[in-house]
Amino acid sequence: MSEQEISFEPDDRYNAFLTTCRKAPHGHGKLAGIAVAVKDNISTKGIETTCASKILKGYIPPYDAHVVELLKKSGAAIVGKTNMDEFGMGTTTENSAFGPTLNPCDTGRVPGGSSGGSAAAIAAGMVRMALGTDTGGSIRCPAAFCGIVGLKPTYGRVSRYGLIAYANSLEQIGPMGKTVTDVSTLMGVIAGHDRSDSTSHNKPYTHTPKAGIKGLKIGIPQEYFGTGVDPAVAAVVNKAIGRLEELGATTVLCSIPSMEYALAAYYVTCTCEASSNLARFDGVRYGPAADTKKSWHEAFRDVRRAGFGTEVRRRIMLGTYALSSGYYGKYYAKAQIARENVKKDFARIFAEVDVIAGPTMPTIAFKLGEKSDPLSMYLSDILTVPVNLAGIPAISVPCGKAHGMPVGLQIMGQPWEDERVIDVAYTYEQAVS
Amino acid sequence: MATEQEVRHIAGLADVGINTEELARFTHQFNAILDYFDILDRVSGDTAVTRDRYNVMREDEIEPSLPQEEVLRNAAATEDGFIKAPRVME
Amino acid sequence: MTEDGVIVGLEVHCQLDTKSKLFCGCSTDYRNDAPNTHVCPVCLGLPGAMPVLNKRSIEYAMRVAKALNCSVLPESEFSRKNYFYPDLDKAYQITQYDKPLAEGGYLEIESDEGGEKRIRITRIHVEEDPGRLVHRGTTERGKYSLVDYNRAGIPLIEIVSEPDMRSPKEARKFLNKLRATLEYLSVFDSEKEGSLRVDANISIKGSERVEVKNISSYKGVEKALLFEITRQKSLLRRGQKVDRETRHYLEARGVTQSSRSKEQEHDYRYFPEPDLRPLHVQSWVDGIVLPELPDARRERFIAQYGCSLNHARTLTGELRLANFFEKVVAADPQGLSTLADTWIADTLIGELNYRTMSIDAVDPAGFTELLTLLKQCIITDNSGIEVLRVMLDQHKDNQSCETPTAIVDRLQVRKVSFDTAQSGIEGNPDIDPLRTSITEVLMEHPAAVEDFRNGKKGAFNFLIGHLMKKTRGCADPAELNRLLTEELEKKEA
Repeated sequence: MSEQEISFEPDDRYNAFLTTCRKAPHGHGKLAGIAVAVKDNISTKGIETTCASKILKGYIPPYDAHVVELLKKSGAAIVGKTNMDEFGMGTTTENSAFGPTLNPCDTGRVPGGSSGGSAAAIAAGMVRMALGTDTGGSIRCPAAFCGIVGLKPTYGRVSRYGLIAYANSLEQIGPMGKTVTDVSTLMGVIAGHDRSDSTSHNKPYTHTPKAGIKGLKIGIPQEYFGTGVDPAVAAVVNKAIGRLEELGATTVLCSIPSMEYALAAYYVTCTCEASSNLARFDGVRYGPAADTKKSWHEAFRDVRRAGFGTEVRRRIMLGTYALSSGYYGKYYAKAQIARENVKKDFARIFAEVDVIAGPTMPTIAFKLGEKSDPLSMYLSDILTVPVNLAGIPAISVPCGKAHGMPVGLQIMGQPWEDERVIDVAYTYEQAVS
Repeated sequence: MATEQEVRHIAGLADVGINTEELARFTHQFNAILDYFDILDRVSGDTAVTRDRYNVMREDEIEPSLPQEEVLRNAAATEDGFIKAPRVME
Repeated sequence: MTEDGVIVGLEVHCQLDTKSKLFCGCSTDYRNDAPNTHVCPVCLGLPGAMPVLNKRSIEYAMRVAKALNCSVLPESEFSRKNYFYPDLDKAYQITQYDKPLAEGGYLEIESDEGGEKRIRITRIHVEEDPGRLVHRGTTERGKYSLVDYNRAGIPLIEIVSEPDMRSPKEARKFLNKLRATLEYLSVFDSEKEGSLRVDANISIKGSERVEVKNISSYKGVEKALLFEITRQKSLLRRGQKVDRETRHYLEARGVTQSSRSKEQEHDYRYFPEPDLRPLHVQSWVDGIVLPELPDARRERFIAQYGCSLNHARTLTGELRLANFFEKVVAADPQGLSTLADTWIADTLIGELNYRTMSIDAVDPAGFTELLTLLKQCIITDNSGIEVLRVMLDQHKDNQSCETPTAIVDRLQVRKVSFDTAQSGIEGNPDIDPLRTSITEVLMEHPAAVEDFRNGKKGAFNFLIGHLMKKTRGCADPAELNRLLTEELEKKEA
């Protein structure tokens, strides 16, 4: 099979890419010759993979993530690795150890996070498609802030083998693109069972987006239009939902009471899992060298203090605290019960409606440096985390502007109904284009 | 709530290291977040968590391992095919 | 003899004999290979790699659970045990914590007072082995460690006993019985170096419990316990307290030493492994067919081969030994069993231990031939031992191995007897080699003959000794005795 290549020399003034492959080889298949960017927490054989962290600077994986193998098989040209919040921890890509990515819509603002680099690359027209990851909103948030499309698949639909883990029970690799069709095409390539991932299901995706939502019942949760949401953003999203009604859908007001503690449940779960996942970074097998002349305890600590950013260290410590002796019942165990309640709430609502709609984010993209307090940063994830807790699919599709910046419409679906979620987004997109 | 001493202890358990300059501010932010987590105390429900599947296993078959050079490639220090690590107290 | 107030519990870790590792497809046959050559992203703990459970490891562990009369839990799951150590590449070990595979069983051993005793099993679970550390450097500042991850991810079964043992001897018996049972189940190979490791918990009644970790030989367990008991008792005798602590057994010096560093932080922050799914395998138990286990085989050896209880215990105490015995007697069980059980249990094992050789080194057919020669009185017992030693040494030194018959002929140790025709040897019936030897010895040692006549006790044995030398051990001692006595009486007359 002859290998061709495309050349890729973008004007990356937004710092979207950490690594670019100026000559990107590609094969034949559905995505033959199409430039695809890959978030830098997804392992690419022979290409530096850093998770935007100093502690993985220079790390070259000896293997490809399963989704990367699938991309290659489909003929895609992998043109580079995109910037992100360090280890996926953040909502703005400001937590990257290699500088923030700027929002192409307004370079004084953040592109969202943690898949900010992938979103900016698409918004700036450098690529049409990119892979991101979504643990608590990390695909949907930057999609909303940059005015592009991003899908978080049902948990277990896309293999996580090769995704450098942040929170195993919450995250999924997902497609991001300029249009819903781009996202759907990319989803078709990456979805499906992988025997190397014990949490992956046998649910391939072979769908082509179809417009048409007559008779569709849409749930509108009151918590998604509450006090924390910018009224200008709420107004834009309400208008979009109005458009869906014009196209034949009906809306039903509903409530998700468990949203009261969903964010706490999310942050307990992800910090606990992260504290364990990130413990392997000690400078021995990869990363900046541990000083072998020191005793191991000292050496590990020095590598990690120097290699991890403040937010990463904070989350590791929160997770360590929550799992430590005596606290498991109070935090982690409680968080799992909270998750069950969130799942039950969604199941109850889905008994009455087909999809749920609301804003993706409570505000437009923040200004760079605006959110300096960690807790206030966490609070901006409130509309995205319930989806990850429940494992359901959700998409963000651009639906207008507020204060001159893009606003995202979030469509959430029942488990395994990623196709329906795509169709609703596609219908809207076609109607307004 | 966590004291500065406890925060230091946790940083030790997690081997992340915390500078004395950071300690006060870190502890303050840490506690604000822990405060927020207290909302979980109000959560009630069954402790049993439903899982989507059980018995996910593979057959006992040998698959190729990585060549030794690949295993050692990213390590900063190696010797005679081993990876060098800081000394361990005996 | 049961020591007063001694309470012992054991945690035994055995490597399960699967082809591939617990969570990946790397081959488990790493012992003769270069470091870091049986490693993949999963067992190296590379970022992004994920575990997939080896079904056979669970099947094997369930066999053990059934054989030890344990109850398999309706739901069991894997958990992460988090701690930092260079040999633990993910900085957590995937193990089982609050939902192990099985709980509550027992293993019967011979108690110190005689009779059977049940040692209760608390739990059985499956976990992965960490890598292996090698230490280098001599000066304090110059020391460093080298890591080989070939062993990382090998499946382990952990069997935890209740503190039901009352002496180091009982602990050894428990360990031997457990080892034998695991071998009979074909889930474990005890000959593989490092395949079994033991942590022991000892206390003297009324005092704190001490944990001794990482004992890696069977003998080591008994020695470590003996040392600990002595240490603890001497502390108590001096009016001092025994500290609750963790100690390490130092094989070379036969002592236990207080540990620091690794075990400082006991906060393992267990939580369920999110990359694996729980097990519902209770329904598999009925389908497990257990092979004949050591106790049943022992009873069968007594009934079928007429072995004594002690010999049967010894022979069935190791799978390979039991198999060897049955192969050896297969051609003629009636005729060979009695000889075989004594010769294997009392002689062969000793000779093998002396040469640190495995029973696998002995060809059953060759041993059968040797026993046949003995049965047919072609050679004496002493010669039999001599021939056996030659057989073993030839194998050990990698020389070409002769058959027992060939050795007998080469060394000229065919039995010399009064009635050569009776013993079935072709030879000149006119020559009476024994009587000739006796006559010669009596002539060579007239003083001893004189002493004998005067009632000196040692004289007879003195003469026998010389006779044995002259006949190069080829004469039957009982016959020699009889004939010498006859000859001496003749002379007197």
